[in-house]
Amino acid sequence: MTEMGAGVDQLHEGEGGGLLDVRGLTKIFGALKACDAIDLSIGKGEIHALLGENGAGKSTLVKMLFGALEPAAGEIHWKGQPVAIHSPGAARHLGIGMVFQHFSLFEALTAAENIMLSLDEKTPILQVAERARELSKAYGLPLDPFAHVGDLSVGERQRIEIIRCLLQKPDLIILDEPTSVLTPQEADKLFETLETLRDEGKSILYISHRLEEVKRLCDRATVLRHGKVVAHCDPRQETAASLARMMVGDEVATVKRTGSVDAGGQALLEVRELSRPSANPFAVPLRKIDLLVRSGEVMGIAGVAGNGQGELFEALSGEALQQNAATIRIRDKDAGRLGISGRRLLGAAFVPEERLGHGAAPQMRLSENLFLSRHVTDAKALMGAFGTVRTGALAKAAARIVKVMDVRKSGEDPEASALSGGNLQKFIIGRELDRQPAVMVVNQPTWGVDAGAAARIRQALIDLARSGSAVLVISQDLDELFEMCDSVAVMHDGRLSAPMPIAEATFEKIGLLMGGATPERSELPEEAETA
Amino acid sequence: MFESVLITIATAATPLLIAAIGELVVERSGVLNLGVEGMMVMGAVTGFGVAITTGSPWLGVFAAILVGAAFALLFGFLTLTLVTNQVATGLALTLLGLGVSGMIGEAFIGLPGVKMSPWVIPVLSDIPLVGRFLFAQAPLFYISILLVIGVSYFLFSTRAGLTLRSVGDNHDSAHALGIRVIAVRYAAVMFGGACAGLAGAYLSLVYTPQWIENMTAGRGWIALALVVFASWRPWRVLAGAYLFGAVSIGQLHAQVIGVSVPSQLLSALPYVATIVVLVLISRNRRLTMVNTPACLGRPFVPAR
Repeated sequence: MTEMGAGVDQLHEGEGGGLLDVRGLTKIFGALKACDAIDLSIGKGEIHALLGENGAGKSTLVKMLFGALEPAAGEIHWKGQPVAIHSPGAARHLGIGMVFQHFSLFEALTAAENIMLSLDEKTPILQVAERARELSKAYGLPLDPFAHVGDLSVGERQRIEIIRCLLQKPDLIILDEPTSVLTPQEADKLFETLETLRDEGKSILYISHRLEEVKRLCDRATVLRHGKVVAHCDPRQETAASLARMMVGDEVATVKRTGSVDAGGQALLEVRELSRPSANPFAVPLRKIDLLVRSGEVMGIAGVAGNGQGELFEALSGEALQQNAATIRIRDKDAGRLGISGRRLLGAAFVPEERLGHGAAPQMRLSENLFLSRHVTDAKALMGAFGTVRTGALAKAAARIVKVMDVRKSGEDPEASALSGGNLQKFIIGRELDRQPAVMVVNQPTWGVDAGAAARIRQALIDLARSGSAVLVISQDLDELFEMCDSVAVMHDGRLSAPMPIAEATFEKIGLLMGGATPERSELPEEAETA
Repeated sequence: MFESVLITIATAATPLLIAAIGELVVERSGVLNLGVEGMMVMGAVTGFGVAITTGSPWLGVFAAILVGAAFALLFGFLTLTLVTNQVATGLALTLLGLGVSGMIGEAFIGLPGVKMSPWVIPVLSDIPLVGRFLFAQAPLFYISILLVIGVSYFLFSTRAGLTLRSVGDNHDSAHALGIRVIAVRYAAVMFGGACAGLAGAYLSLVYTPQWIENMTAGRGWIALALVVFASWRPWRVLAGAYLFGAVSIGQLHAQVIGVSVPSQLLSALPYVATIVVLVLISRNRRLTMVNTPACLGRPFVPAR
């Protein structure tokens, strides 16, 4: 990694004012003050962190800065002038660019078309593609301008977002949780990019819940809690724990991985030579995957997005069936030909990557979502005669999950889409944990989830394993895997490496496997070098 | 014989093509306007009425376009500004158009109409077999072909077309980029209405130069089916329109020859074909994803 350039950074500190000054910005939704008199100032050439738990008001604040929401009160000063930002277009015109957490890309269009849409000038598409290609090379963000976005992985989509933003030559770039989909190497590259941008005099508002990252990268930080600013600080003078304390207002529970795993525990999930041709030209085929998760164990699967993790999850969950029933065995029963409900009846539970639209039906209430996933396994408890829904039992179960997982929501039984990402994820995980499944398969358990919620989710999964279940976690977040897993395997190009006990695993070893190196051959393959 | 069949097919296909190409633009912007039939029949009655009053078929065409666009504006106001349900509003628009046109047209029943004379292009129209089919047609025939070329170029080669497709694909993202979603949709909806009006004028000024109540006879619905049939691609709309045109002409010829295929069965053919195509394209998810406007029929209400 490059040096931080501490000498330059000193200049930025304490300058205040300059580029963006926000005073008393307030936004009210119904009875909730999402943002309450927020003050924020960002200087030129500064990387400014915006920290806060889910629901602290970060997104609302940023949306007001980007013109997507209208503030109820307060002033925004841009380069010393008071401005009203009525639309995202106005924000871009001022020189404020944004990279969204929930991507705002058009799936049916190509990368170049997506980029072109956000440029005001009338540039021919080929020229846009060329400039995008140059930028992507300059900042180490590989990109095919003519790929349809719908075919790309989350990580690749983020690159488009970033390049799109950079092409607008903004003075202030807002990044919302940018590293949540990147490998450590990719994240390092991104930090280099951001540091280059800072040295070019651009300012960055960096939203993240990864405190180590913030400490390493950011010059100043503003911490929000319940819609209020609780602190302005220099993150490098703080510890991760002290930052977390400011965010949460309390000590953050750390995840405890207690007890050792009995190596002879019963195999609850077994995969033998699972192969799967790609369903469409853009999916990754699975190649002879072997996997065994024992009772009491948390196994992790690391890998860069788009290396077959999604396809593996579909094969495990029963969304895609196997030819041979014996390729997947759940609790010693052949499950390869069983559908999702059949596998659930064997005691398995599944949490997919996308929360909205896959893990939960966005426009349906929490209790309804609970019913949708458990109407087969808990038919007796949740359904009455003639297939009627026992709303009382359902509400009770939903309330229990909300309580156990500490799901924060507005209203008694809100629609899934009304919850913040972290809270919805807590509910979805809680919904499965509530059944005490013998086998739990989770894809990206804490994607875009804040520290407090993530710790709770990870602890709950570890506790489940220690109570005798087998837990399989597919994640791109290596910190997470190291924190919670007993062994880690790496997925690359549809192949799964042999699992490695966590005591023997290092970031470097795993990172190399993620790049496609085989254990016997430690040098980097070509594509990993150019990436 | 061959050429006269081709020409009758073109006569049947042209109104379908014009209406469908307009609706394609509407749907590409993410709006589903089921009122094509209503706008078309209003175009037919207006075109006829203005043409016989003024004696000029071109004024009739112009008036039909305006009325179609005005009807579409009403649809736009209801569904885009007041955010009513698009399906219900579209159906209402069809019923309204059929009713109002019947009322206005009562005075025109039985009157001789004004037929638009064809543009015969010298020399080229003498080419054997296809000369008269391609170069001795009513002006609206040429316009229909130009519309396909123009819409295809607009959608896939211009910035404005890209903007329109982006609105149809994801209106929230488009809004976040500062694109005026509602304005784009108004423009698309009115273009669709203008095309439907023009298609109606073709019926009452070229196809059968007279006014008959309900003379669109379901062509608006076929146009709607055609857009899906063509999986939202302009050139496929052209192919589909001539295919459906050929089917409807074939049905007449079959009766003349004495082949006893029930005409109802043949009339149902476009819809059956559309269903078959829908099944076929949905097998290829990627193709569907790239061409189907993902926001089709979904109302857009920006959060403020």
